[in-house]
Amino acid sequence: MYKEYSIIICSGTSCQKGVPGELTEIARQVLLKHGLDQKTKISLSGCLGMCSKGPVMIINPGYTIYGKVDAGNIGKIIENHIVHKKEVTEHVIHEDHLFNRFYSIFGDMDFFGKQMRIALRNCGIIDPDDIDDYLSVRGYEALARVLTDYTPAQVIEQVKLSGLRGRGGAGFPTGIKWELTAREKEPVKYVICNADEGDPGAFMDRSAVEGDPHTIIEGMIIGGYAVGAKNGIVYIRAEYPLAIKRLERAIASARKEGLLGDNILDTQFCFDIEIRLGAGAFVCGEETALIQSIEGFRGMPRPRPPYPSVKGLFGKPTLINNVETWANIPVIILDGAEWFSSIGTEKSKGTKVFALAGSIKNTGLIEVPMGTTLREIIFDVGGGIPEGRKFKAVQTGGPSGGCLVESDLDTRIDYESLAAAGSMMGSGGMIVLDEGACMVNIARYFLEFAQNESCGKCTPCREGTKRMLEILTRITEGNGMDGDIEKLERLGRMIQKASLCGLGQSAPNPVLSTIAKFRSEYEEHVIDRKCRAAVCTRMLTYEINGKCVGCTACVKVCPTRAVSGVKMNVHVIDQSKCIKCGACYEVCKFKAISKQ
Amino acid sequence: MDNMIPIKVNGKEYRVKSGQTVMHALDGLGYKIPRLCYHPKLSIEGACRVCIVEIKGLKNYAASCSYPVSANMEITTNSRELRQARRDIVELILDNHPQDCHTCDRDGICELQRLAYAMGIRKRYFEGERKQYAIDTSSASVVRDPNKCVLCGRCVRLCSEIQKVNALGYAHRGFKTVVMPAFNKPFSESVCTTCGQCINVCPTAAFVEKNNTRELFEMLDDPDTVKIAQVAPSVRAAIGESFNLEPGHAMHSEIVASLKKLGFDYVFDTQFSADLTIMEEASEFLERLEGNGPLPMITSCSSAWMKYVEQFYPEFIPNISSCKSPMSMMGTLVKTYFAEKLKVKPANILSAAFMCCTAKKYEAARPELAVNGSRSVDIVLTTRELAWMIKSAGIDFLNAKGEDFDAPLGLSSGAGTIFGATGGVMEAAIRTAYFLYSGETLLDIELNELRGLKGIKESRIKIHDKEIRVAVAHGLGNSSDLLETVKKDPGRYHFIEIMGCPGGCIGGGGQPYATANSIPLDEDCLLKRAEALYGLDRKKTIRRSHDNPDIQRIYKEYLGRPLSKLSHQLLHTHYKEKTPHGIIWKGAVE
Repeated sequence: MYKEYSIIICSGTSCQKGVPGELTEIARQVLLKHGLDQKTKISLSGCLGMCSKGPVMIINPGYTIYGKVDAGNIGKIIENHIVHKKEVTEHVIHEDHLFNRFYSIFGDMDFFGKQMRIALRNCGIIDPDDIDDYLSVRGYEALARVLTDYTPAQVIEQVKLSGLRGRGGAGFPTGIKWELTAREKEPVKYVICNADEGDPGAFMDRSAVEGDPHTIIEGMIIGGYAVGAKNGIVYIRAEYPLAIKRLERAIASARKEGLLGDNILDTQFCFDIEIRLGAGAFVCGEETALIQSIEGFRGMPRPRPPYPSVKGLFGKPTLINNVETWANIPVIILDGAEWFSSIGTEKSKGTKVFALAGSIKNTGLIEVPMGTTLREIIFDVGGGIPEGRKFKAVQTGGPSGGCLVESDLDTRIDYESLAAAGSMMGSGGMIVLDEGACMVNIARYFLEFAQNESCGKCTPCREGTKRMLEILTRITEGNGMDGDIEKLERLGRMIQKASLCGLGQSAPNPVLSTIAKFRSEYEEHVIDRKCRAAVCTRMLTYEINGKCVGCTACVKVCPTRAVSGVKMNVHVIDQSKCIKCGACYEVCKFKAISKQ
Repeated sequence: MDNMIPIKVNGKEYRVKSGQTVMHALDGLGYKIPRLCYHPKLSIEGACRVCIVEIKGLKNYAASCSYPVSANMEITTNSRELRQARRDIVELILDNHPQDCHTCDRDGICELQRLAYAMGIRKRYFEGERKQYAIDTSSASVVRDPNKCVLCGRCVRLCSEIQKVNALGYAHRGFKTVVMPAFNKPFSESVCTTCGQCINVCPTAAFVEKNNTRELFEMLDDPDTVKIAQVAPSVRAAIGESFNLEPGHAMHSEIVASLKKLGFDYVFDTQFSADLTIMEEASEFLERLEGNGPLPMITSCSSAWMKYVEQFYPEFIPNISSCKSPMSMMGTLVKTYFAEKLKVKPANILSAAFMCCTAKKYEAARPELAVNGSRSVDIVLTTRELAWMIKSAGIDFLNAKGEDFDAPLGLSSGAGTIFGATGGVMEAAIRTAYFLYSGETLLDIELNELRGLKGIKESRIKIHDKEIRVAVAHGLGNSSDLLETVKKDPGRYHFIEIMGCPGGCIGGGGQPYATANSIPLDEDCLLKRAEALYGLDRKKTIRRSHDNPDIQRIYKEYLGRPLSKLSHQLLHTHYKEKTPHGIIWKGAVE
């Protein structure tokens, strides 16, 4: 039935942090009150990427985006917008109209202006639980076209021509991967979607699955057709309950519509998808470990070759692609490889999704064409560093990547340029650091993550990262020793070259890249016992200055009785007793305690 | 695929067979890349990273154990950078390893020690925290010391791939990764069959047998007991290796002389009780064959195998021969027949057994094998422990000769000797069953189809009108495969021999460690040990158990006849289903 109005409420994990379904229910009540409930469609959408302004709601007509919607104001917004035809301006994020083309759908807004949404084209716009919504944006059209007009070889040809490369981080050409799997003569083959996203601060895959699960399904069916596989598996971590629920529903409705199962769209082609949950090990994002995990073993990588395309799941040829890679497939088929390859740089085509985090105004999910500079991402799309602080570095590629500095900001985002600058594309984590960040501490943080997530199989990663972590820990605690930086470099280089899998090979990257770009900061820690960002607390000295009014607040919180003084007089800290916990600094209302 | 391809190694040109790994190709060219987790009998792990090489065109090093060689490959095996990387990797292993080499069980025969020396680790650069775990001494047979584990994964692979027991797995991540039994329960409560093969393949001392030497020395000091030893066939076939001899020397008289010097009053031969086992087992088989069933009958000599069947194949328990193992038969006779002869109370007898086996330590403690409320075998030591005791007591083993096993439990036939090699029990049983069934003597007694190291061996033996179909398996994995065949085709065999360890007892978990120039589970070594036993058999005039005059005498004097009431009471036992952690009791499902 035709609806006059539509209300789209973002239901990504971030926006849903209140009471799930609460906003929808209030909206329904308001509409009922005004007799508009039959004329309005309320739907839930996936992530729009504006997580810092969430919860987000879109009202049509007008495609007005409202931010910071909550139980208290949603009623008023709906009444004003629909009944009184008046926008509630203080909640409007932007009022630009949407274009029809999905990849430029949000016009010239600051946040969206430099974005180009291909993988995330439907996220935040359609109801991920409604297959009709997906169908209305040309969903499954690519599949229909492939099954009727293309031979498997022609599909692979298109993917090859598009120049699409693996979005999981390594950037292996997707078409070649497909071709290698298709070439194998085995009757049983598998297609796997890797949704085991585990980098700290990354939520690209989660949002993509939550926002548009059908795209992934469609991509996988096309992949299955191209390589000759009948079985698809989505390996997704159990910590993503909403994504799993939506994927389950999407698979069920696709099955109901004859898009999965036997004789898809009345052709000879049969394909079905099942979901396997991962228990949350970072290493299970590595393809061979992922396969082991699906097979029921402990997720530990195995040596390659043989590659999964030859000997993968249960020893059969297996095609594994990441969520974002799959999401690009239907678009490549629909709009053509030529169009797709016109976007991006010479060797990196299309777009890339990033999860922006850290010291940046617009934290959230973005998708930009390859070739966009880091500066554009951070300062235009991301809105720059908040509170007038100064940019220091940007960490891309998560625990596998490296840090880039001011002079690298004009680096264009593509696999080769990022690697040349000393970092990597990775799966899309991007953490912006300002002058308040200590680079040694950052390196320590990522290395600790890698060590904790090491599967323990190979010596360099298991033992080597532990020793590096010990060295970094003592440096941040002010116990660094002469030669420690050189030891980090020696171990780091060996671990990179000798480890079994990508996790180990890339684990030292954050350390080696920060040493390369911030060596003096390391040396200050080791030689001068100083942390210029005042992050490494063990090296700090807390002192009471002349602003002290003698309120005794600090005396009361000090756990070691290091602070003493007479009431109404300037207090002192006994440095031999101080454990640098910072409690006095936090409690002082007069800025009378300095740390340096 | 086996065509020859050109490769370059350190700039030199060679031609090698395609379809092999870089390591194998280099092995054939006179290189020996250092290695640790690699084992030729196990799947490729690629974990230790010691065997790395440089391959032109690859960004990173390649583990030569897993990387396939290809045409025109340019390999560098020895560069400054590579040497440093290998050295650093081994140092990293060493840094997380107890520094107690000179008080370690494996001092001098430890792969890590040798590797550290070869890599030139004279200084430590990266030392830090070391792992600290409790040592698991709960098992009667195998001690698990995770502090010494280098996480090469050989034990895990062996236990799952060769033994199909799966008692071990990895737990936790990163630096805290550890190999443990299911749920970190005590080893004694796990599915471990106590075969001890983990000890054999472990490069360090993360697994060792429960050491009973000190206990035995103390027992030997007791002036009020009669000290009686028994020695398993395979001990004599391997102990020489502990004294730097090549495998394949039969050292029975050196062992007897050494045991006497250690303080034993009588040294009996487990081969005698092996002959006795044959009398009982062959009789039991013929009884089953003549209609009483159930068939196939399966041997029960191997202790690890018995625990395996109780846990994993309880449905086959009715098929298991009720005969005790030769060790337990000997222990029982020592504490009954021989005690009566000596007019000594069983409590005043020390019954010690020297076995090639760790599982026998577990078997000796089984309550159902007790005789009149006390153990028939008081203490069990492995070949390795015996060798150490001899060294420790200052005995010149290689020159201690000239003594033979004592009567009346020391004379054995060649049939009892070959018990130690896979197929030996079956061969011995057929030699006697043939006679018992037909009244005629089997002339062609060397059953070559049952010898050798093939995983599962089959044969058909014609006794008059009757064709007996037999099968032999060694190693628990092969045994499991064989049982699966029997499940599908129950009438396929009449008689099955199963030994828990690869090669049979000669490859037992208590045998000497592989030396610097050999590898654990080496087939060549196993074959030489087996040949030592077959050689002894050939030299004997009595080669059939029923021809052993002392066997005939013990039946005449004491037991009556095979399967008599007294035989049943003393020499037979029963088995029952076991459900340790990791096994679901089949009754619980319904």
